This record gives sequence, structure tokens and C-alpha cells, in this order.
Amino acid sequence: MSGLAIEAVGLVKRFGATTALAGLDLSARPGTTLAVLGPNGSGKTTAVRIMSTLLLPDGGTAYIHGHDVRRRAGQVREMISLTGQYASLDPRLTGFENLVLIARLRELSRRTARRRADDLVDRFGLREAAGRLVRTYSGGMRRRLDLAACMLVPPRVLFLDEPTTGLDPRGRIALWELVQELAGDGVTVLLTTQYLEEADRLADEIAILDRGRVVAVGGPDTLKAKIGGRTVRLRLADPAAREAAARIVAAVTGVTPGRDAGQAGLVVPAAAPHVAPELLRRLDEAGIVPSELTVRLPSLEEVFFTLTGDPEGRP
Amino acid sequence: MTTMTPGRAARHGVTLAARCLLHLRHSPGQLLDMVVQPMLFLVLFVFLFGGAVATDWRLYLQFVLPGVLVQAVLLATVAAGAMLNADLTTGIFDRFRSLPIARSAPLVGAVLGDSVRYVLTTGVVLAFGVLLGFRVRTSPLAVVAACALVLVAAFAVCWISTLIGVLARTPQRLQMLLALVMFPLTFGSSVYVPTGTLPGWLRVWAELNPVSALADAVRALLLGGPAAGPALRALVASGLVFAVFAPLTVAAYLRRMRH
Ligand SMILES: Nc1ncnc2c1ncn2[C@@H]1O[C@H](COP(=O)(O)OP(=O)(O)OP(=O)(O)O)[C@@H](O)[C@H]1O
Ligand SMILES: [Mg+2]
Repeated sequence: MSGLAIEAVGLVKRFGATTALAGLDLSARPGTTLAVLGPNGSGKTTAVRIMSTLLLPDGGTAYIHGHDVRRRAGQVREMISLTGQYASLDPRLTGFENLVLIARLRELSRRTARRRADDLVDRFGLREAAGRLVRTYSGGMRRRLDLAACMLVPPRVLFLDEPTTGLDPRGRIALWELVQELAGDGVTVLLTTQYLEEADRLADEIAILDRGRVVAVGGPDTLKAKIGGRTVRLRLADPAAREAAARIVAAVTGVTPGRDAGQAGLVVPAAAPHVAPELLRRLDEAGIVPSELTVRLPSLEEVFFTLTGDPEGRP
Repeated sequence: MTTMTPGRAARHGVTLAARCLLHLRHSPGQLLDMVVQPMLFLVLFVFLFGGAVATDWRLYLQFVLPGVLVQAVLLATVAAGAMLNADLTTGIFDRFRSLPIARSAPLVGAVLGDSVRYVLTTGVVLAFGVLLGFRVRTSPLAVVAACALVLVAAFAVCWISTLIGVLARTPQRLQMLLALVMFPLTFGSSVYVPTGTLPGWLRVWAELNPVSALADAVRALLLGGPAAGPALRALVASGLVFAVFAPLTVAAYLRRMRH
């Protein structure tokens, strides 16, 4: 076997006339975090549902630690946990009862089930709500309970479909910490998200989906580099020195700088990384004081829009 | 851990059946419904129509209580379908499907958990009847046999309810379909009046309706009279209903399970 924790090969899924997945390939090595980014309707949820045995593909297949999700769904289910895009809980039970129910279905003893549920209630900040019916929960509370349910038996592979949608900032940060901790424990995490910041922060690898296909895959930095060069951005303490500074920048980078939105800024695209020290030295020699000098890669937003084509998003 | 054995499957089913009892505990309204509805029917029919149907309401109570018992328990089976439908149309079903549990467990759980309702309903109707003045004219053994007969029939009929529960795409359609099946089945029978008093077409239906046989059998077992014939007919009908609707339910259910 390939030794991959997640491997999707040529997944195809159609719903009537809609092709949700058009030959999707994904892979994640054990213990890594893979973020799947894509606009609405690009097939993220469909892919996750196939990889977590909830949906059969029309073509291709996926393997979880070498087990085919189509033919060995039972084994796959032993290894995975899933938090879907919409909470999968029983609204007519309390939060605590939901956790105990799922723990019991995972065949934990009654005592262990209650203890695990108790720990997780605290961990996910649900102590006060634990005794209330889930029907009365807010969206964020449901989401947290759903996540807690995933942790009752630590999975080897965790699927999170837009896990931070609907979470408040504190909940979001708590989730990020959880994912990082799980990754540290060797859990493979596949998460879908609309937030590039989230992918940037958590993922070892990012796959960008568009219309049911992967249009780019790689580490956050690789992806950013793929899209375009760096930008050097210079701000001056004294706006009057701009002309002099512009000449220096042009001399160092070979590009005439454009003006930043602010009055005292200069921007140069596509500069080599080593220009910064050189620039600083020359500016210093000329007695020009920069208030800010940054060399940065394009943001994932820029990468995303470049690759999926349409910054306004499709209707 | 990775192979599904009948023992494991049974445990999963029982765990999910216990969930039904938790539901019941959390919705006192449902529990109240379950207890109050048969009482209401009993009071309504005995005091409203009792005088008209029989010379004395006490006589009518003797006649109608076995029928109300049959109707109440059969109507209680709609809960199994409603439960499955609620599971299928909310996210919890995805959870079940992504867990390493027997695929049968949610179905087994719904049917098993529901059986508790039938037993409860049986007890409530009998107790309330006795309170109103109903008197058993046979032996305790016959009472047990009557209850067993009702429970067997309920277990068969609940598969009609589960089939509707699996097939219905919306709660409205579920309610409509359940009513469409359950009302003619229970009211169009000898539950409230002897079939001989009914007008032509209704009489034909009521005499064909196995619920009449069930009501007659329970009546005979509680009050005396020939019970064997109607009881046998009720049992055969139960067997047939089970043989037809259980496989249909399982097939429809597996289809939705697979997606
Ligand atoms: N059960 C279904 N029946 C019909 N069409 C479906 C079904 N599920 C998904 N689709 C279609 O498949 C495509 C992909 O949907 P999917 O839910 O996978 O997208 P997504 O990337 O998760 O979107 P979002 O960001 O909005 O969650 C969409 O065009 C959607 O309309
Ligand atoms: Mg989605």
C-alpha cells in the first residue's frame, strides 16, 4: 500500500445533471493536516461524504489507510470521525446524552462513556448547556457538541467539513488549537474551509477545488509562490524623501516602484528575496529612514481568486 | 472489533432502543398523549354514545374496552414510523451511518424502543377501564393471552408504520399517510360497534378487516365466548402483515442507508 492516510483517486459524483466531482484526486500522509479550499458548490462536502463512507462515488474511489471506502466501509468507520457541515446530533436528547449515546455505540462501557462525555463537555465549554436538549442549542453550541462527539474515541483520521463556520472567535481559536494538538498526536486531519487564514494556519498541504476538481495543491508557501512573486513594500518616515527613495529602489530592484495607497509608500512587485538588506543599506547611506519595510508573498486570498477565476464568486 | 457479530448488532440496537425511552422522558407531552388519548376515547365513547348504543353505559363499557385497547395499541405504532422519519430527516442519521455500528441498529432500535410504548399503553387502558368499572369475566391467564395477542398484532402493524416512516420525505406527508392507513384500519372494525350494525359497504370492509378479528378475540378473552377462531385469524393476519411489510421496510431502509 501507499502508506497514505487518505487517498482519493479520480472521484466522480453526479447528482442528476450536476457533476459535483469531476475526477478528484487528494492525498494526505499520516499525521498531516490537509485543507480543502473551494468556493460554494465546488464539491467539498461531496468529497468528504464519499471519503467518510456516507456517499458512494459514481467513479473512482478513496482509501483510508489503504481500506477502500466502497468495499471496506466497516473498517474505515472504525478509524474515522466526521463533523459534517450540518450538525449530526439528536435534537431530542440533551448534549450530555448525545455524547453518552455515541460513546455507547462505540462500545465504551457505561462508566467510561459517562466519564469521556463529562471530560469533553468541559473541554468544549458546554458545561452549562450539557443538561439541556440540543433542540435549544445555538448553532455554535451544536457545532462544538458535534466536534466533541468526534473525540469520544480518538480517530486516526478526522474529517471536518467547515468546522469553524458559525463559531465565535474564541470557539474558532479553540478549534484551531484542537486541530494542532491532534496533528501533534499523529491524527490525520482533513478540513474544508472557506477561510484562507485557517488553511494557512493549520494545514501542511492545501488543495484548492473548483468545479469538482483540484486546481492546485501544495504547502501554503508553495501555493503562494506559484501564483506570483513577492512584493516589497516600503513606507517612509518623511514623505518628502520619496523621490530619492524611489531612485534607490529602482536601482536595487530594477523596477520603478508604484505608489502605495498611503502618501509615503512605495511598492515593487516581483522582487528577489535578497533585496531587503541591500535596500536598507542603500537607504541608510542616503540618510532616508524607512518606517516600514516588508517583503511578502501574496495572500492565499489572491492565490484562491487567481486559481478559481472569479473574485466576486459565482452567483 | 472490526467484524460485525449478531451480539454486537444486538447491543447497538438495544442502545438505540434505550434512546427512545429518553425521548419519552424528555417530552412529557408525548407521554401524556399516550396516556390521555385512550382515556379520552374511552370516556367519550362510553358516556357520549354508550346510552345510544346499549341500554346502559356500563354494558357498553364492557363491550368497548377491549376495542379501545386494540385501537390504542395499534395507534401507538405510529410512533415507530415518526421516530425513524425524524432520524432520517435530521443529521443524526449521518452520524449513525459514519459510526462502525450494525446497519440494522437504528431500525431495530426504533421498533424495539417502541414496544415499550405498547406495553405501557396496554397497562394504561386496562387500569383505566377497571377504574371506570370494567370487569374481566374470565381468568388471569386469558387476560395475559389477550394482552399478548394485542402486542403481537402491534409488533406486526408497526412495520407498516416504519415503512411509511422510511418512505415519507416530509413530516406532513408522514402524518397524512399514517392517518390514511391507521384510521380506516382501526375505526372501520368491530372496535366500537358489532359489525352487524354497520351499513353495507362499511360492514363488508369491517368484516374483512383483521382488526375486527383482533377486537373480537380480545373481547372473548376478557369477557368469555369463543376466542379461538378470531384469535387464529388475527394471528394469521399479523403474520401476513409482518411477512409483507418487514421486508419492504428493510429494503426501503437499506436503500436510504446506502444512498
Ligand atoms: N444530494 C444532492 N442532490 C443534488 N445535488 C447535490 C447534492 N449534493 C450536492 N449537490 C450538488 O453538487 C455540487 C457540489 O456540492 P457540495 O455540497 O459538495 O459543495 P461544497 O463545496 O461543499 O459547497 P459549500 O461551500 O456551499 O458547502 C453542488 O452543485 C450541489 O448543488
Ligand atoms: Mg459544503
